[in-house]
Amino acid sequence: MPGIADPTRPSTSLDGPMISLRGVRVSYSGREILHGITFDVQRGETLVILGGSGSGKSTLLRTLVGLEKPTSGEVWIAGKNFSAISGAERDDIRKKIGMSFQGGALFGSMTVGENVALPLREHTKLEDSTIDIMVRLKLDQVGLSGYEQYMPSQLSGGMKKRAAVARALAMDPEILFFDEPSAGLDPIIAAGIDQLILDLKQAFRMTIIVVTHELASAFLIADRMVLINKGDVVAMGTAKEMQNSTHPRVRQFMDRVPEPAVAQELDYLQMLTEQQPKQRSQSPGKSR
Amino acid sequence: MEFARKVGAAVINALSYLGSLAVLAGRAAFSAFIGPFLGRPVRFQSAVEQAMEAGVRALPILSLITFFIGLILALQSAYELRRFGALNYVASAVAISMSRELGPLITAIVVIGRSGSAFAAEIGTMKVSEEIDALETMAIDPVHFLVTPKFIAMVFMLPCLTIWANSMGILGGSLFGVLQADFTFGRYIRASLEALFLRDVASGLIKSFMFGVTITAVGCLEGLSTGGGAEQVGRSTTRAVVVSIFLVILVDLVFTTLFFFLGAH
Repeated sequence: MPGIADPTRPSTSLDGPMISLRGVRVSYSGREILHGITFDVQRGETLVILGGSGSGKSTLLRTLVGLEKPTSGEVWIAGKNFSAISGAERDDIRKKIGMSFQGGALFGSMTVGENVALPLREHTKLEDSTIDIMVRLKLDQVGLSGYEQYMPSQLSGGMKKRAAVARALAMDPEILFFDEPSAGLDPIIAAGIDQLILDLKQAFRMTIIVVTHELASAFLIADRMVLINKGDVVAMGTAKEMQNSTHPRVRQFMDRVPEPAVAQELDYLQMLTEQQPKQRSQSPGKSR
Repeated sequence: MEFARKVGAAVINALSYLGSLAVLAGRAAFSAFIGPFLGRPVRFQSAVEQAMEAGVRALPILSLITFFIGLILALQSAYELRRFGALNYVASAVAISMSRELGPLITAIVVIGRSGSAFAAEIGTMKVSEEIDALETMAIDPVHFLVTPKFIAMVFMLPCLTIWANSMGILGGSLFGVLQADFTFGRYIRASLEALFLRDVASGLIKSFMFGVTITAVGCLEGLSTGGGAEQVGRSTTRAVVVSIFLVILVDLVFTTLFFFLGAH
């Protein structure tokens, strides 16, 4: 527990960061996935967390929303040490956040409307008629007007994600989290989801955290980006800073360069098909 | 030495599993019976739906099975009783063994097959598709939301089903009684009722209540501890059935022993 004079303790004032990570480490059954992550997210900012498969970006997101407990370090959300509180206090923070899961995670036994209404029914004492209106508003916002009575299984992948966003918006959250919003969607639908995120950002000045590996959508929506590799923050900065970064790992990610082992396999294939002499992909020192 | 260590590890695993079951059942019971007084109402609608599914829809198959069991009991006891010319004791033999033992047990086994497995599959699928995580991020307690309605439905419906099963068993026995043992239907039923004491029926109902707790806890715990992927859901479902049957019989043994010594004086 940090004391009051602790300099590492983030400011709790309204202009302090919305989210603050302090040396967050997370382990699964003895294996450490995140090795001390530290960064801040300002109010109203859109942060994109980039990283390859197995980089720990999904674990980082799960830790941010409180589904994983850090083995050490702190997660501060809206001025509260989210990783240390429990019970009602923790639920209060959770009511301020909305999360859109990768597959939507809509409840299959409820209609789309009931899904969106669920947090309102559980956490508010609103009349049914008021809840119905709010559900309609939220579905309008994500472009799903008139789909209240549909079951999630009747929706396409893109519509499921939109419905999930509507549910995440139900409690008018201050922070919105997206896990791979465009994964498994065709480019047009994915662009539609990106546009939805941009609209939300402009309309509500929400703090938005997006985990993705889609560079195009990251550059479109991000105020700042953070690149995660093997459980560490490699680089953090604005889209422009990332684009101009000379950090080898950032360059590799931005320029979509495959891992060396894969490159050698490609060389091997090329050698087999005898299409090209192999100087091109050999390291400069050894060529000729 | 190696053997001793394996036995030790198995015992510790089993105890920690029982501990998790007790914690889950305790949380469900708390939110079912105490939560409403703390301003956290139970999802009554969902509990009714679960009671319909686990209870009412089980009636046809349960009726058929316990009717046959009653008939089998009559045949088996008559096999021995007729050597003493005591066929008129068939009615009491069937009534007592149904109410004290087989009614609750057969009911539990039918419910495990229908509902225990369904609980594990339903919750397991929700776990795999991140729906349980979604509940948590929405500050909705999965135990309160999912387990409690099932818990309420089961602890009410299992005793009800057991009473029904007892009656159907006695009815099954009466078929033999009327056809083979010179009973009229009315006399058979009267003989059955005279043989039964309240404690016979009550001990069966207490057991069936405990079976309801056990089946719900195992089904839901297996669902909640499902790992990733569809094959894990299948594994959880199988485990829910096997573990439930084992634990129901263990609970049965414990309570039967208890009732034996309580009734001995």
